[in-house]
Amino acid sequence: MKKILLLGNPNVGKSVIFTRLTGTYVVASNYPGTTVEFTKGFMNLKGEKVEVIDVPGIYSLEPVSKAEEVAVDMLKEGDLIINVVDATKLERSLNLTLQLLKQNIPVVIALNLWDEAGHCGIIIDVAKLEKILGVPVVPTCALTGEGMHNLVLRLKEAKANTYLKRDQERWTEIGKIIQQVQKVTHRHHTFLEKLGDASIMPATGIFMAGLVLFLSFQVIRFIGESLINYVFEPAFNILWTPLMLKLSLILNPGSFLHKILIGELFKGEINYTASFGLLTTGLFVPLAMVLPYIFAFYLVLSFMEDSGYLPRLGILVDNIMHTVGLHGLAVVPMFLGLGCNVPGVLATRILEGKRERFIALTLMAIAIPCTAQIALIVGLIGKYGAFGLGIVFGTLFIVWLVLGLLLNLILKGESPEIFVEIPPYRWPYLSVLLKKLWLRTADFILHGVPWVLFGVFLVNILYTFRVIKFIGQITSPVITGVFGLPEETVAALMMGFLRKDIAVGMLLPLNLTMPQSIVACVVLAMYFPCLATFAMMIRELGVKDTVKSIFIMLVAVLIVGTTLNLILSRLS
Amino acid sequence: MKKILDLTQMKQKKKGTVIAVAGGPNLKKRLETLGIRKGAEVTKVSAQVMRGPIIVQVVNTQVAIGFGMAKKIIVEVEKESNIEKLAVKNEKDIITG
Ligand SMILES: Nc1nc2c(ncn2[C@@H]2O[C@H](COP(=O)(O)OP(=O)(O)OP(=O)(O)O)[C@@H](O)[C@H]2O)c(=O)[nH]1
Ligand SMILES: [Mg+2]
Repeated sequence: MKKILLLGNPNVGKSVIFTRLTGTYVVASNYPGTTVEFTKGFMNLKGEKVEVIDVPGIYSLEPVSKAEEVAVDMLKEGDLIINVVDATKLERSLNLTLQLLKQNIPVVIALNLWDEAGHCGIIIDVAKLEKILGVPVVPTCALTGEGMHNLVLRLKEAKANTYLKRDQERWTEIGKIIQQVQKVTHRHHTFLEKLGDASIMPATGIFMAGLVLFLSFQVIRFIGESLINYVFEPAFNILWTPLMLKLSLILNPGSFLHKILIGELFKGEINYTASFGLLTTGLFVPLAMVLPYIFAFYLVLSFMEDSGYLPRLGILVDNIMHTVGLHGLAVVPMFLGLGCNVPGVLATRILEGKRERFIALTLMAIAIPCTAQIALIVGLIGKYGAFGLGIVFGTLFIVWLVLGLLLNLILKGESPEIFVEIPPYRWPYLSVLLKKLWLRTADFILHGVPWVLFGVFLVNILYTFRVIKFIGQITSPVITGVFGLPEETVAALMMGFLRKDIAVGMLLPLNLTMPQSIVACVVLAMYFPCLATFAMMIRELGVKDTVKSIFIMLVAVLIVGTTLNLILSRLS
Repeated sequence: MKKILDLTQMKQKKKGTVIAVAGGPNLKKRLETLGIRKGAEVTKVSAQVMRGPIIVQVVNTQVAIGFGMAKKIIVEVEKESNIEKLAVKNEKDIITG
């Protein structure tokens, strides 16, 4: 099958074009480095099925990160290249274009962001550009789909090796081309540009960053809490409970099936956090406790991604990130990790070297809890107010910082410096943002909820066969002796290997004291990544480095768990 | 009058022309990809505190460059002549007084 590659600089709209051409959705955001691996999709070209491949953005054919390597490697496989070019940055983009025009693979150019070029007062003579380069050049606006039809029509005119000037003269050539085809009319600074400048000045920037983070936090909390209190909890109590009680009568409390599906009844009533049946706790925890926060978190994150704020935040905290051996751009994987560690781990590919990726991954797996886990921690500890939550998240932050400092000291090498293009601020395009939000939420429902159900099922089986009691007794020297937790928490720790949200959920019915709840949450967050993250770590780091990372994790959790237990039990 | 500085020493909002990159071919190539090369005109947008990244505008792109890297980018700036300074001072005087 013919393969079409989408190649171009980062953040020029390749992924949006890919979605337009194939109908297969891939995430697009307003910062360089959104795409870190290739995605394949299919398109119908006059009755012929062809493969279209979306790859990470590159500035030249010499890769500087893992993500860029992926893209350059793809080059061997392509039968046709759609070179996506940012019309507002023609000069810089041509550097890659001229390299691609020598690769023996036919090329067509999509002059994307055509709408923005217009707003910026940039006028490009497309016909002339086409004549100079010798390949079709099609203006497009991927967001609205303008020009896409034309792009597809002209694929057949693609040509290879049309521009064979020597590499040394490339920039001089580019200069000449620009002079012939581009005119820039003067215009005033827009509001967004002024805002853009203010958000990267040290004084105003830090103030704005504080404000943005505070507002984000408040918005997430408000939306999450409102959805829980006014939508999901009432829905469960009013609509689902009567159904379950009827089912309970049919199944007959005490039967095995009743135990698996409904779980335990308390004075004839269902307790959604304690009954622990598949249809009660198994559905309530992911849908009524986690989902609202997932929705709220990704809503806010998508705004940060699509507006272009995220890399600016990265620049402001570049110094802090250097103390842990990373640079500012590492805020991107860290933020994604707060949603779910799996995409977070993948996003570390935008970092330059192995050392940074190891540090970033280890810190994320140990000290960055995902939204699902945070939601349950709030459910467990929220009743003690800000104090309890402060200790949990404060501890995790200190662990992140101290561990990062240590890793940076111990591991050989230095952290590379930040070098990144700052994207322009853009008003998020609502339909695109909602689509992204919907897909991320759906991903949790499709991939998260089944795992929770499986976990609940497994726990019931293990309890029935007394496996948990047995393991509890074996591990009690550590769990009770060192962490000061009751033996039953071992079930939660075991579940933590599978999924963290339901693991924290299993602490709910245990009636732990406040210090115990705090220690348990911190230990659960740190001691091991969930199965999905673990698999991703092996894929990205290899077995050897993953083992190292896990070893660091276990040492850290022992130290932190013990210390926290000692301090908190003194206090109370 | 011209003055030769590196990017970190340049003043905010000032314009300059890159005259050299004091580094190996890899650094040169990397900087080139975002348009920072000999002859390019750069405007300094801001600098983060405590040797943080320097932000410059090249053509119509803003680029953040780590402090150490920015030190290796040598630029030539037009030195403010005394007459210009005087003019600015006068203007201020007129506004304030
Ligand atoms: N105004 C406008 N915005 C666009 C257009 N095409 C893409 N965008 C926006 O530009 C941003 C980048 O788009 P992506 O598709 O993620 O870019 P990419 O080339 O895949 O980027 P990387 O994966 O980082 O290399 C997104 O915020 C898009 O919504 C366009 O034609 N016009
Ligand atoms: Mg992409």
